[in-house]
Amino acid sequence: MITTLIYSLTGLILFGMGFFTLIIHSHPLRKILAVNVMSTGVFLILVATAYIPLGEGEIDPVPHAMVLTGIVVSVSVTALALILACRIQETSNSSLPGKRQQGEVPEESIR
Amino acid sequence: MSRTGKDHKQLDGFQRMLLLLVICMVMLLGYIIWSTPGNKPVLTDAVAQMQEQSGVESPVTAVLLNFRGYDTLLEVMVLLLAVIGTWSLTEAFFPEQVSEISPVQMGVVRLLAPVMCLVAAYLVWQGSHLAGGAFQGGAIFGAAGVLMLVTELPGLRTIPVPPLRLGLVLGPLLFTGIALFCLFITGDLLGYPEGAGGWLILLIETGCAVSIGLTLASLFAGGRPDNEFQGKNSPVSRTVSGDRS
Repeated sequence: MITTLIYSLTGLILFGMGFFTLIIHSHPLRKILAVNVMSTGVFLILVATAYIPLGEGEIDPVPHAMVLTGIVVSVSVTALALILACRIQETSNSSLPGKRQQGEVPEESIR
Repeated sequence: MSRTGKDHKQLDGFQRMLLLLVICMVMLLGYIIWSTPGNKPVLTDAVAQMQEQSGVESPVTAVLLNFRGYDTLLEVMVLLLAVIGTWSLTEAFFPEQVSEISPVQMGVVRLLAPVMCLVAAYLVWQGSHLAGGAFQGGAIFGAAGVLMLVTELPGLRTIPVPPLRLGLVLGPLLFTGIALFCLFITGDLLGYPEGAGGWLILLIETGCAVSIGLTLASLFAGGRPDNEFQGKNSPVSRTVSGDRS
């Protein structure tokens, strides 16, 4: 029970951090990263709920199946979002809000 | 409410309030998780009862491709849509002049890529009785493709597009075809005929693994193959691949 709780709360904190970043930052790259962190949190909660402690010897397969497909879908959605963001940046004349010098963007996103 | 690069540590009033609200939300959700009664394996029993009929021994695969097959069918379609979206937006960029690939790198790719394909095939096969299946196998197959993409093998430039497209739609087509076949045979969409569930699921999984692997690799390449239209590389595609590296 306590194991499930620790994993669930970690996932919840990840979700909260991602949600905060999603609202605060206006740069698309950060928003995409924030959504990824949020989805990771949700996956963690789902996998933790699927865990059945001791004795049963089995897991709840339904959340596992959902997480399994969810991970692959989230990867592809991230790729599409990144390409859309690049395309927006290329085609719009005005620079995006929060956009800085090109060299700085990767450093910013790490922090 | 965009912040400038300078005041990274400072939060203004709005952001503090937002932080407070998010913390409240997390605490509320945490209380809900805390107060949820212990794991009641409601669906586990249901799955275990129907396991015999599903044709596979692994409960996760049974849920994925039998009990919730419709769901998975749509998710495979989402992957296909992502590739279609990517291909319609940009072209993949491959450098004109490929620099000499170091022999060590070449050796690693020569060694790893076939092994990864083998592991992917094994995972698909293993999906019927243990952990594994189309998504795991497809992910490893896709990783092999990414490995070849980052090595910038010169052969990748001249990959013929029709087989690639065929591979991308193989999984969704096979899945839809079998679903319709089942509709005609048993009257239910994806209601596998008695006793045929096992090999139909394996067939779907094989097709989907190929498609998922190619999808992930194509998404990493970040656009349609540039030998499709004989145009020059647009600056957009250059930026896309530049950002990724």
